[in-house]
Amino acid sequence: MKYNKFLKQNWLYLLLLIAALSFPLVISSRYYIQIMITALTWAMAALSLNLILGYTGQASLAHAGFFGLGAYSLALTTKAGLSFWLALPLAGAFAAFIGLFIGLLTLRTRGHYFAISTLCFGVIVFIVAGSWIEITKGATGILGIPKPTPIPIPFIGELSFTSQTNQYYLVIFFLLLFLFIIYRLVNSLQGLSFMAVRNNEVLAEAVGINTFTTKLLSFVVTNFLVGMTGGIYAVLMGGVSPTVAGSNLTFFWLAYVIIGGVATMAGPIVGAVLVTFLMEYMYSLGEYRLAIFGLILIMAIIFFPRGLVGVFTRLYQKIKDYFGGIRGGGAGQNAAKSRKANETL
Amino acid sequence: MLKLRNVATNFGNSVIIRGVSLEIKKGDFVSLLGSNGAGKTTLFRTIAGILKPCQGTVEFKGRQTNRMSADKIVKLGLSLCPEGRHLFPQLSVHKNLMMGAYIRRRDHKGIKRSIGQVQELFPILKERKEQMAGTLSGGEQQMLAIARALMSDPELLLLDEPSIGLAPLIVKNIADKVKAINEMGTTIFLSEQNANMALKITGRGYVLESGSIIMEGPSNQLITDDVVRKAYLGA
Repeated sequence: MKYNKFLKQNWLYLLLLIAALSFPLVISSRYYIQIMITALTWAMAALSLNLILGYTGQASLAHAGFFGLGAYSLALTTKAGLSFWLALPLAGAFAAFIGLFIGLLTLRTRGHYFAISTLCFGVIVFIVAGSWIEITKGATGILGIPKPTPIPIPFIGELSFTSQTNQYYLVIFFLLLFLFIIYRLVNSLQGLSFMAVRNNEVLAEAVGINTFTTKLLSFVVTNFLVGMTGGIYAVLMGGVSPTVAGSNLTFFWLAYVIIGGVATMAGPIVGAVLVTFLMEYMYSLGEYRLAIFGLILIMAIIFFPRGLVGVFTRLYQKIKDYFGGIRGGGAGQNAAKSRKANETL
Repeated sequence: MLKLRNVATNFGNSVIIRGVSLEIKKGDFVSLLGSNGAGKTTLFRTIAGILKPCQGTVEFKGRQTNRMSADKIVKLGLSLCPEGRHLFPQLSVHKNLMMGAYIRRRDHKGIKRSIGQVQELFPILKERKEQMAGTLSGGEQQMLAIARALMSDPELLLLDEPSIGLAPLIVKNIADKVKAINEMGTTIFLSEQNANMALKITGRGYVLESGSIIMEGPSNQLITDDVVRKAYLGA
């Protein structure tokens, strides 16, 4: 009975999970698997951006900067001989630590000014990465990052990450981990305080939320996650160069979040996967793709302010209400339920 | 419990509160009367620490709070229910109440008890538990705003114009509930334009005009005072 209810409520997510897990088994093309790996890495970056931008309402444009900090941190530490599994949380911690100081400075500003000041930090990281040749090797970047250290498994042997399939599962593992962390955070009272700050700062203060430290906490967690994402990206690519801190990456992730659905769990992933595949599909168009991309973005902002996920949930509720109305005759009750289902700030 | 000495507050370049002194004792039920723009909301925000006074001192439970941040003042036991039914409209009624208990989020038992208490006080909130706060009627939203302010288990509750924009029957209902909250032991400072309602339920009152206290006294005397009657009771 209990399982039945669980299945009924979550069938879509289970289906998606099965699809994601069986993807490299069903699709044999290395090309598509590689695009999927990239798309899901971008999805991770977009997920953490959604935490500060969507849930907390602070448009941080330093996201690629912190992504770059994580990537360079992992490149340097693993090249020095540290195991990937230690270097990865260290990359996150490094980005979070720098984020703490940047947050202390920039979070004193609001709205556009916060966006501008974080954008500046992102650009600084990009310039430093390109110019501090002794450490970062300048524009050529650091190459030859070793693949993740194999995990020994008793009796079976060891789990290595040299094959593309296993790299795909590595990304899936971290994507699910990020989803879990963000889901738990957003649904806790602490996460509610992020949304409270976004919606109404006066009211947030009246209920006893310290708005500054709340924003700072969200910023630090965001940067920890994106620092780790940068580390994963670096190890999968086998090298880093200053482009990993380029602000155009930030704007791409921003677009994924907006197209997918701001402040929704699924939005960043939907946006990242769809747009990445669309861009690949139109590869022959070259730079003109950006014009189409811009058009999609403008349309999304005007017509679907809650993104594709918002459109989908509304359609789903309408269909459910329609059929529920025929079956039970309790349209009013269903309407009350749908109001609850749309409960996102 | 609450003591203001010569408090002045600026908003931008203009002085809104000009040297207000007042005192509220434990268990009191005090009203703050004043017309639109008299400075009631600014005074309340100053007491709650959301705005900082440029002069004078605010003392709450014997501690000087005029330099404290708003969240620390809430933790000391002061809760502000802001004017205009501020809620988190897209969160459920239940989650709005949970937000009110933010400062004691580790105290699960206490939160449960408080939720039981406010649901007993406002049964409609139990019925509408899962509904989005924005879909409630005006009166229900005001009840939720008061209930949320109570969720931090305050010793002093600042109620900023709970009657604004509500039908007379609902105003009476809310007035009864507020009185009940005071009788259960919470000290209440109530700001109102609806002087008739406020003076009927409170024990004492202050009259604020252009940022200064122009009159104070027991409510039953204020209600018969000529100046008050002319200005606020339409008599």
